[in-house]
Amino acid sequence: MDWLRLWKPYIFPSPVAVFTTLWDLIADGSLGIAVLASAKRIIIGYGLSIIIGILVGLTIVRFKYLDENLSPLILGLQTLPSICWLPFSILWYGLNESAIIFVITVGSTFAVSIAIESGMKNINPLFIRAAKTMGAKGFNLYRNVIIPASLPSIVSGLKQGWSFAWRALMAGEMISATKGLGQVLMVGRDLADISQVMAVMLVIVVLGVGVDKLIFGRIEINIRERWGLDKA
Amino acid sequence: MSVIVEKVSKSFITKTDKINTLNNINVTFHKGEFICILGPSGCGKSTLLNIIAGLEQATTGRVICNGQEVQEAGPERVVMFQEPALFPWLKVIDNVEFGMKLAGIPKEERREKATKYLRMVHLTRFQNCFIHELSGGMRQRVALARALTMDSEVLLMDEPFAALDSQTKSILQLELQQIWLETKKNIIFVTHNVEEAVLLADRVLVMAANPGVIKKEFHIQLARPRQPDNVDLAYLAADIMKELKEEVEKVAKAEFDADWTSKKSIILSDSDSNMGTGI
Repeated sequence: MDWLRLWKPYIFPSPVAVFTTLWDLIADGSLGIAVLASAKRIIIGYGLSIIIGILVGLTIVRFKYLDENLSPLILGLQTLPSICWLPFSILWYGLNESAIIFVITVGSTFAVSIAIESGMKNINPLFIRAAKTMGAKGFNLYRNVIIPASLPSIVSGLKQGWSFAWRALMAGEMISATKGLGQVLMVGRDLADISQVMAVMLVIVVLGVGVDKLIFGRIEINIRERWGLDKA
Repeated sequence: MSVIVEKVSKSFITKTDKINTLNNINVTFHKGEFICILGPSGCGKSTLLNIIAGLEQATTGRVICNGQEVQEAGPERVVMFQEPALFPWLKVIDNVEFGMKLAGIPKEERREKATKYLRMVHLTRFQNCFIHELSGGMRQRVALARALTMDSEVLLMDEPFAALDSQTKSILQLELQQIWLETKKNIIFVTHNVEEAVLLADRVLVMAANPGVIKKEFHIQLARPRQPDNVDLAYLAADIMKELKEEVEKVAKAEFDADWTSKKSIILSDSDSNMGTGI
C-alpha cells in the first residue's frame, strides 16, 4: 500500500495500522474496559427507555384525549437528535454517568412509545372481536391478544430504539465521558492517531450490528415464521 | 336456553339523513334450533347478529339470552365470522384452546377437548401447524372447532362459508349439519345464499331492507342430512327466492343507476335475431 502514496497515512489509516492498533487496544485492556463501561450505560439507558416508552405508549393508546394532544409533541421530540439534550443533561446531573444515561433514554424512549402506539392501533379489529366473543376482556385481552398481535411492530420499534440509543451513547461519550468507546475514539482524535479512531469505529459497528442480529434479528425471524410473512 | 330478540331497532345518523338499519325486530330462537337469517346485502342481518353477540349495541330494545339481558360479548354466545379470525402467533391447537385458556380450564383437559373437536373437523394432523400453513377451508374448520370448544348453547355464524370455494363450501355444509346433529346447539346462521339457508336451517327468516325488518318466516321440514341436489330443497328455495327477489331488486334500485330495471334482458338475443346459434 505504501508505494501507492495516494494519501498521507494520517488522513486515512491503512488496514494494517488499524488492526495493529486494535490489537494493542485489546492487549492492554483499554478496549475491554471501554466496552464494559459503554455496555453498562446502554443497558441502563436503553432499559429505562423501554420501560418509560412502553408506559407512555400504553397510556396514549388507552386515553384518546392524551393521544390527540401528546402525539404531535412526541413526534416532534422524536425528530430532535438526542445529543441536543446534552447541555440540559449536564446542567441537571453534572458531568457524570447520569447525564449520559439521560441522553440515551431521551434518544430512544419516543421511538419505543410511537411503535407501541402505532402497533396497537393497527391491530386487525377482527382479532379483538373474536377474542371478546370468547370471553376476553380487560387485562386478559391485552395479554392474550393486543400485545401478541402488535408484537411485530413493537419489535421493530425496539430495534429502532436500540439504534437511537447506541448513537446517543456514542455522542454522549465523545463529549462528556472519562471512560467508554466514545472516549477512546476521542483520545485517538486528540493524539492525532487516526488508526485508533478507525479501530473504535469498527468496534462500534460490529457491536451495533451484533446486537441487532443476535437479539432483534432472531425475534424477527421467529415472528415472520409464525405469521407466514416470508411466503411472499 | 333460548334467545329472545325484543323490539330491537338500530339506526345510524349520517350527514344527510337517518338510516334505520333495523326496525322493531321481534324473534325468538329456541333451544337446539338451526336458524338462517337470509336477506339482501345491506338489510342489517349482520348487524342483528352482532347485536345478539353483544358486539354492537341496539338503539332501542333488548336481547335476552338464557333469561339475562345481553350487555356485552361473552363466551355463551360465541361467534364465527366470515374470515376465520384465527391468531397467527399461535399454533392450530393453541388457537383451538384459546377460549378454554381464558376460561381457566386446566391444561390437560384443554388439550383433550381441543383434540376432540379438531378430530370432529378432521384436522388433528395439522395441530402443530401455524395458521398461514393452512388453506382457507382448513382455517374456517379450525375456527369452527375453536367455537365448538366454548360449549356455548348458542353459536352465531356470520356468513362463515361465503369466502370459500364451492366444493369446500359444500363439504363444510354437510359437516356442519352433522356437528349440529351431534351437539344440538342453537345455531343462528346469517347468509345471503338461499340454497345454503334451505340446506341447513329448520327455520329461515327472510329480511327486508330499508328499514330492516323480518319479512317472512319459512319452516323447512325435510329429513337430514340434506343434500344440495334434493328436489324438495330446490322447490323450497324457489319459493323463498320469490320472496327475496323483491328485496334484492329494491336494494339494487337504490344502489344502481336510475336506468336499471330487472325486466331488461329476460331473453338474451343477439343482433341478428338468431336465437338458435350453436344448437
